[in-house]
Order: sequence, then structure tokens, then C-alpha cells
Amino acid sequence: MATLNDYLLASGLLFTVGFAGVLLRRNIIIIFMALELMLNAANLSLVGFSRFHTQAGLPDYNAQVLVFFIITVAAAEVAVGLAVIVALFRAKQTTHIENLNSLKF
Amino acid sequence: MPAPLFWIFVIFMLFFGVMVVVNRSPVASAMSLVVCFLGLAALYISLDAFFLGVIQILVYAGAVMVLFLFIIMLLDLKAEQRRRFNLIAMFGGIVVVVLFVKVLVDVCYGFQGGNAVFPAISHNVGHGDTWQVGMALFQQYKLPLQMIGALVVVASVGAVLLSKRELK
Repeated sequence: MATLNDYLLASGLLFTVGFAGVLLRRNIIIIFMALELMLNAANLSLVGFSRFHTQAGLPDYNAQVLVFFIITVAAAEVAVGLAVIVALFRAKQTTHIENLNSLKF
Repeated sequence: MPAPLFWIFVIFMLFFGVMVVVNRSPVASAMSLVVCFLGLAALYISLDAFFLGVIQILVYAGAVMVLFLFIIMLLDLKAEQRRRFNLIAMFGGIVVVVLFVKVLVDVCYGFQGGNAVFPAISHNVGHGDTWQVGMALFQQYKLPLQMIGALVVVASVGAVLLSKRELK
């Protein structure tokens, strides 16, 4: 049987993959996808904690409600983020972050 | 869930997660992300969170990924050109990732509470997982639920406003 540590390790590795994507890729849409990976890694650890913290023989459903809220907020965030990317593309005709540096110091 | 099945799903999820990062074509990345989220949904189900597993498939593998693919098609992105590696960024990225994995392994295997056996849950309470989440949501978390609804409305209005051709 898998232990809580195994789930936390899987979640952390998924977070690392997303983090590497944010650092290494130059296309803003791929960076956005890697951000989604990191968000989902956090959700996986929350569900794991929920399952391993049983109360009266049931998983802790407060954590699952939190994950539900996070998924909802993430969906809203994706909608707004992609609208921003489309507006940015319309203004600059590119999605490469090397060409999107007008806010850079 | 038996341990071999757990590791198969973890490797599946991580492999397609890596494919998201290494694929040159944005469409291939988006498809890998769908498969990665399916593996994640399987892990949720292995943790007896059936409702969240289904929500993960419906919301992420369905709605969010369609949005991503739609935007990729709309912007007509080509596969990225092979470019000269930015050595400093590459080195920094790899150092940060390696250190992060090291800290992660140290913390996970130093955490004694995490070695607990899978606690048994009673499957015969008469109500399923969805019922329990729904009761928690509509009894304890009424106000946050309303606020989330308002947030989704604001986000969709904001997305429409951002896509207008000129802002007043």
C-alpha cells in the first residue's frame, strides 16, 4: 500500500516538473500550462492529507471542499489569463517572453 | 489501491508532465497536459475522492484544455524554433530544480507521520463521497460558495471585456 509520503513525493515531483517548465520554457502559453501543473500538484497533496486524516472512519471532507474551491478559482484564472494572453498577442504579435519585456527593469 | 498500480499512475502522470515541458509544439504540450490530468484523476480516485476525480476530468481535461487548444488554434502558433540555449537561465533552472528535489526527499522521508498505513474508512455509512462533499459545501461553506459564484461571474465578465477590440 502506498503511504502518505509516497503521495507527497508524487505531488512534489509534479510541482518540480511544473516549476522547471516555468523556468525553462519561453512560450507564454506553455508557461501557463506549467503553472496549471503546479496548481494541481498542490491539490494532490491536499487530497492525500484529506484521505490520511480520517475522522470517525471518514476522510476529512474540509480538505476536499478546499480542493473544489481551488479548482473553481483555477478555472476562472485560466479564463482571465488566456484573455490577457490574447490581448497581449493582439498588441505585440508574439507569445515569446523575450519579446514581451517592456515591464522589465 | 495496490502499490504497483499507484506507481504506474505516478510514472504515467510524471512522464506526461515532462512531455508538457519538453514538447516543441504547443498542441502536443496541451494534449500531454490532458493525459497528465487523467493520471492525476486516477490518483484522486485511489484516495477515495471520487467526486474530485470526476471534477478533475470534467473541468480540467474537458473545459480548461478546450480553452487552451482553442487559444493555440486562434493564435496559430507554430512549433518553437530550436534556439541557442540561454546558458545562465538553463544552469539556474537546473540548480533550483535539483535543490528543490533534494529538499523534497529530505522532508518527505524525515516526516514520520507520513509513514502511517492507509487508514481504513467505512464504506457502509449509507452515503457516498459526493453526498459528503455536498453536505460540507452547502452547510458549512455557504458563504464561500456564494463568493466563488461571484468570482466566476467577475472573471467571465473580465474575460469578455479584455477580448474587446478597444478598451474605453
